[in-house]
Amino acid sequence: MTFTENTPLERLYNGIVRENPTLVIVLGMCPTLAVTTSAMNGIGMGLSTTVVLCLSNLFISLLRNVIPDEIRIPSFIVIIASFVTMVDMLMQAYTPELYKSLGIYIPLIVVNCIIFGRAEAYAYKNKPLASFFDGIGMGLGFTLAITVMGFFRELIGSGAVFGHAVGNLPAYAPSIFVMAPGAFLVLAIMITIRAYIINTIEAKKGIRLAVTHTDEEGSECSSCAMRFSCAGKFVKVEEMMAANKAAKEAEEAKKAAEAKKAEEAKKAEEAEKASSEEVKEEAVKENPEKAEAAAEEEKEEAAETAEEASEETKEEAAEEKAEEDKA
Amino acid sequence: MTTTSLISILIMSMLINNVVLSQFLGICPFLGVSKKVETASGMGAAVIFVITLSSVICGLIYHFILHPLGLDYLNTIVFILVIAALVQFVEMFLKKMIPSLYKALGVYLPLITTNCAVLGAVLLNVQNEYNVIQGIVNGFATSVGFAISIIILAGLREKMQYNRIPKAVKGFPFTMFTACLMAIAFCGFSGLK
Repeated sequence: MTFTENTPLERLYNGIVRENPTLVIVLGMCPTLAVTTSAMNGIGMGLSTTVVLCLSNLFISLLRNVIPDEIRIPSFIVIIASFVTMVDMLMQAYTPELYKSLGIYIPLIVVNCIIFGRAEAYAYKNKPLASFFDGIGMGLGFTLAITVMGFFRELIGSGAVFGHAVGNLPAYAPSIFVMAPGAFLVLAIMITIRAYIINTIEAKKGIRLAVTHTDEEGSECSSCAMRFSCAGKFVKVEEMMAANKAAKEAEEAKKAAEAKKAEEAKKAEEAEKASSEEVKEEAVKENPEKAEAAAEEEKEEAAETAEEASEETKEEAAEEKAEEDKA
Repeated sequence: MTTTSLISILIMSMLINNVVLSQFLGICPFLGVSKKVETASGMGAAVIFVITLSSVICGLIYHFILHPLGLDYLNTIVFILVIAALVQFVEMFLKKMIPSLYKALGVYLPLITTNCAVLGAVLLNVQNEYNVIQGIVNGFATSVGFAISIIILAGLREKMQYNRIPKAVKGFPFTMFTACLMAIAFCGFSGLK
């Protein structure tokens, strides 16, 4: 799919699919692991993060020309913390049960790497509208991923779907899936599947799909705000896009070359056909029997040349024609 | 406040409710800086230092300024700013006064601002209504728990560095599987309650 860069729709697609924060960039692991004991918790956490993310993106983008470069990180922290406090109080007032089950992880949205990462990588450099939709896209991508994870953990670990028990399942559910080790296990399996799919597609198409950021030995942590001082090398999206574009262009050039070759081969074949017909006519005039044998020979030869045609050039075809004319 | 309650806070926060393996705070450095035991212990030491110090300062600010004035709703903003400033300050102080310690911890200090274990420990102090002393003990125990788990993970990863693993599992997922087994082991501590 292709969209114009930085339009609202492109930002949504980018956040939900292409740069999904949980599954592709592997960001914000703390809430992902902690609150996914049920699908409902996942939705609650995801949506509150989305609200904070799009509001902080919008404001940071509006203030991007006012905030001096040197103190941008403390400024981001203050902006993000204000919105988190608002969401925290609103949830306490209107969804007390959800607030209770998410507990300390609501105020901890402040240090969620996704929000910080988007502020630094996108909102600080782009226009308000695009940044707002970037926040929505990233937030929905995060919500989707942790809801799916919560759904499976709830289903396997406590035999329920959105809090409703499924038949006799709760009696047999291995509760380790809703305990701490289950979180690591389910996330490990999800990331393994993602890596397998991405590896397969990348190997097939020969392009880089995932925006990964790795240190020398290939660990994928450092895209949080930590990466400023981390040894990790961040493969920038623009660089990756440029590389992919180059690969695409190379492929197109290759295709064009092949098409040209095929055309030449076709021309050569036509030339061949014409020449063989001439020979045939001459032969028919001289001796009918001989002519038939010659025609067969010509046929075989023509078939052979057709096979080799893709490698031959016009000149070679011309030479052959000349030889046959002599014969 | 008795000594027993302090010891129980110590054990609870260090082992039973281990900050990484059962509360999932500080996952980023836990996965990111656990390649080698040496760097992991550096990170662990820096975290112990910063969490203990920030629970002292945030505890004092909360109990003597925010709470008496009814400004509890400013907790999150104030704490995160205090932590960020504290980390900067500690870095400058160590650089000037104790260069040897700065050399040992220096690289890891800036990483800690966004380590959610620091903010998490301070917020938990408030949420559990600990007083200043209990808060400091809780902060210290939490950070020691972090150091223990990151050093164990680093040791395991060093041992398994040259094992043959399928390509898709390599790196991040493999570390997660290791962490999963560690979390199962730490579940055993809940018997200490």
